[in-house]
Amino acid sequence: MILAWLIVIPLAAGVLAWPAARLGNAWPRWISLAALALNAVLTISLWAAGGALPGVRGAWAAELDWPWIADLGIRFHLGMDGFSFLLLMLTFVLGILSVLASWREITSGTGFFHLNLMWILAGITGVFLALDLFLFYFAWELMIVPMYFLISIWGHERRVYAALKFFIFTQVSGLLMLVAILALYFAHHAATGVYTLQYTDLIGTPLDAGAARWIMLGFFVAFAVKLPVFPLHTWLPDAHTEAPTAGSVILAGLMLKTGGYGLLRFVVPLFPGAAREFAPFALLLAVIGILYGAVLAFAQTDLKRLVAYTSVSHLGFVLMGAFAWNDLALAGALMTMIAHGLSTGALFVIVGAIQQRIHTREIEGMGGLWAVAPYMSGAAMFFTMASLGLPGLGDFVGEFLVLAGTYRVAPWHAVLAAIGVLASALYGLKLIQRAFHGPNVHQLAFPDLRPREALMMAVMIGMLIWLGVYPQPMLRAFAPALDALQQLTETAGHAVR
Amino acid sequence: MLHLWLIPALPLAGFLINGLAGRRLPKALVNAVGIGSVALSFLWVLKTVLAVEAWDAAHVERYFTWIESGDFRVGFDLAVDRLSTVMLLVVTGVGLLIHIYSAGYMAHEGGYYRFFAYLNLFMFFMLLLVLAANYLLLFVGWEGVGLCSYLLIGFWFLKKSASNAANKAFIVNRIGDFGFLLAMFLMVVTFGSLDFGTVFGAVEGKPPGTLTLIALLLMLGAAGKSAQVPLYVWLPDAMEGPTPVSALIHAATMVTAGVYMVSRSWLLYTHAPGALEVVACVGLFTAVFSATIGLVQTDLKKIFAYSTVSQLGYMFLGLGVGAFSAGIFHLMTHAFFKALLFLGAGSVIHALAGEQDIRNMGGLRKHTPWTFLTLMCAGVAIAGIPPFSGFHSKDAILLAALHHAPWMYWVGVITAAMTAFYVFRALFLTFFGRYRGSAHPHESPAVMLAPLAVLAGLSLAGGYFPVTHWLDPVFHTEEGSHAAWAVWTSVAAGLSGIALAYLFYVARPGLADALASSLRGLYTLIYNKYFVDEMYDTAVVRPVVSGSRGFLWKVVDAGIIDGAVNGIGARARDIGGLLRLLQSGNIRNYAAWVVAGSILMILGIGMWGGAR
Repeated sequence: MILAWLIVIPLAAGVLAWPAARLGNAWPRWISLAALALNAVLTISLWAAGGALPGVRGAWAAELDWPWIADLGIRFHLGMDGFSFLLLMLTFVLGILSVLASWREITSGTGFFHLNLMWILAGITGVFLALDLFLFYFAWELMIVPMYFLISIWGHERRVYAALKFFIFTQVSGLLMLVAILALYFAHHAATGVYTLQYTDLIGTPLDAGAARWIMLGFFVAFAVKLPVFPLHTWLPDAHTEAPTAGSVILAGLMLKTGGYGLLRFVVPLFPGAAREFAPFALLLAVIGILYGAVLAFAQTDLKRLVAYTSVSHLGFVLMGAFAWNDLALAGALMTMIAHGLSTGALFVIVGAIQQRIHTREIEGMGGLWAVAPYMSGAAMFFTMASLGLPGLGDFVGEFLVLAGTYRVAPWHAVLAAIGVLASALYGLKLIQRAFHGPNVHQLAFPDLRPREALMMAVMIGMLIWLGVYPQPMLRAFAPALDALQQLTETAGHAVR
Repeated sequence: MLHLWLIPALPLAGFLINGLAGRRLPKALVNAVGIGSVALSFLWVLKTVLAVEAWDAAHVERYFTWIESGDFRVGFDLAVDRLSTVMLLVVTGVGLLIHIYSAGYMAHEGGYYRFFAYLNLFMFFMLLLVLAANYLLLFVGWEGVGLCSYLLIGFWFLKKSASNAANKAFIVNRIGDFGFLLAMFLMVVTFGSLDFGTVFGAVEGKPPGTLTLIALLLMLGAAGKSAQVPLYVWLPDAMEGPTPVSALIHAATMVTAGVYMVSRSWLLYTHAPGALEVVACVGLFTAVFSATIGLVQTDLKKIFAYSTVSQLGYMFLGLGVGAFSAGIFHLMTHAFFKALLFLGAGSVIHALAGEQDIRNMGGLRKHTPWTFLTLMCAGVAIAGIPPFSGFHSKDAILLAALHHAPWMYWVGVITAAMTAFYVFRALFLTFFGRYRGSAHPHESPAVMLAPLAVLAGLSLAGGYFPVTHWLDPVFHTEEGSHAAWAVWTSVAAGLSGIALAYLFYVARPGLADALASSLRGLYTLIYNKYFVDEMYDTAVVRPVVSGSRGFLWKVVDAGIIDGAVNGIGARARDIGGLLRLLQSGNIRNYAAWVVAGSILMILGIGMWGGAR
């Protein structure tokens, strides 16, 4: 029951926030904050109460299964295991961060803004919970439209272009996924005589190799666009750069993660054989993405675009972990998803704060910011170091585990990807040097972090140190879920390795 | 429980206090926190050393599981043994002296609190590196000291050159770290663990090829951190940082981390003799190569920087010929005399209001007598004159080299002569003759001179610390040869280097210039550091910078990939609304692109599947 509330609360808060803006701009913000905080509390209590339920297949700590459209085999089926739990927590933390980051930035259409924001978050929550493929597709689409509005209304100079590009990329690839879902649905009926869209039923559907390959690719492309995977990434730099800060935080921190989630939850478990065939190709794409993203980030002159390209590089590790498919690599992929959400989300907040103060994102228009705003610069240094994989911080744990796990199955891919760790130093140090070091040639002067911003930064810093120094609670939380995923894959008859 | 965690935690607390609140604290309090935390850490090291009863095995303290996944586990474990004891004493002892010195040296600088915060953070990571009981935790310290080195080289971040030098240091170190990372992956696969005890316990019987590869990859990491050929190029540039940083990080402690790491892995190396030979050759080549560059430099700190590279090469030579304890012994004596050289140089620079070019010095003996005296102590120590500290440790390395391969001994002796020459060249040009500059030289305050005096004492007498004796149970070193002639030869080399420097720069000034102009080509080559930086710039840096921007971004990403997406002639500003777009044909381009990409992938897998 509570699982359904997790989706309903943000939907309702969004509907409430819209008219509430008439009472004042603060109202929608506080409503959103309250809804997200409530969701976070509910999720934690559910997790604490759950443990692994006996008798439930997998490692679900909470499950909800209501009949919906019985004739078609569609059910309102939600489930939360450690994997979804951590991504949900990330969703609510970054949701709160985006509301706070928009506090001063969004001053017009505040109500509608928060409606969109909350609906995106509701969609993302649905994606992380759905165990019915129809419901999953529904949630998948739910997060796209409000994001389109978020970018096209509150974005920067080229917002319409970027929003459309985002919309069309995700929409077309989403349609491919829909086709793949239907194909799987009919194939399952053909093999068993049952119409079902239940995730747990569809696993192990007997498919001939050719069909499995095609259907898997339908899913893969949808997730690959979101992740993003080279060469389907070109929507990302535009969308991230043009979006308002909250949009960038959600895009990088959460929406890309839905792609990674899909790969781990659906692509490999549903089509273990095809995924195994595809693995060398996917690992190669991952390596290309890691290196290409890092080098392109280094080449950028727009600070926000630079940060955007780093996501292409970091999410390459998630793709790599998903297709290396062993304990270490999977745990690493998950850690990378969480840590990247925090570190890159925080970097976008900082870039947004700078843009709001000096009205440019061009690195050439900055320089010497350290002397102007030492606390903000210190925070930027911290998140840059996290992003370039400094050991002791969260991102390092994720990337190290992915690489160590991949090295076991594909050493040369791991070796090449490790060069990405070197390349990340190039863009990270460029960011610091050009924006924060050097003389203050443009005579900039602006206030340092405000208390609200300082609080956000402090919380994110604390969480990244926690993830880096004591990630065990995380690793333990999703270990049963990952074991279950691996077992599902094994029992489906085609071990990936 | 010895509470080893306190040793790094104390400087960490200092960092947090000064880093977060230092801006608002009075200077005296910043000093008290910055210096006091290191002093307490030093005392805790002493207490720990006295408290350990049995030194046969490492004393390990396991605090909590850091990373556990499947059958892979890394603990947050600290350990102390004979080897780390030497390192701990050097790091906290010399570190404390340099912290005290900094209170005087940096007294008039802006960002005073930031400087002490960074120094404390460095101490934290360095002590973590030394105390770590597994490679991954060591790597945390390893990268952490790299970060602090980066922050402190770029301390004067308004200067472009400082900022560039900081970036260079970080990136070159990352090349080494790439090797370190790969070594760890290989260890995870080979040993299933990164724990020192587990790895070294399982070395026996593992394929020598794998062990050699691990050892070589670790050496790549060590070459980055400890500035060995071909990754030494960052260290001379690192002199852009404040002088106490050069003394602490880029002479006495951080740059020796590679030496420590290789010594820590000695069991791996002794099972991979090929890799050990590489260590010896890299060390020897670095020693002689950078010594030649040191001969002709004119920046006081740069001379000492090349000297550091050269002396680190000596240490690796020692490790490579199997004399691990001699290498660590030299690490310790070098920490004394090189820290002293740098702090003394800092005192000179302080006296001359920032002047670093030895051509603009001279005659300072009268103006800064204490600095002069202490620097001469460092000079005789590094030149290997008995009975001072450098003599003992350098001799231990050279004798082991002679035992291993005589040619290595002879190259080492020539290097020793060059070392004595360039150090005394610098000292003679600084303190003798008449003053050639325009500043008003004055002696430094007592807070700076006191650490110099202590280090001078250590440089003179430090050779009598029984380090090799203390370490022998760790490394099980066999007794080397004690060829008296070899000892005297190396001493003679050192003395002749000093004599030659005296001849050139005190007795017959002008002789050096005459020699330089008669060997114009060679002189230019060496003066320009063999143009190595320029070669790297042309071969690596420029292609990466222009290739990433000019080709990958503008041509591949924005041109080919995105161009295909947008369709030829379709420009962003033409896109009005969704409805118009639906008719304009752009949507077809997007859709076509997604479909084309998918088809490419499908074809890829199809062909790949077909090939099977």
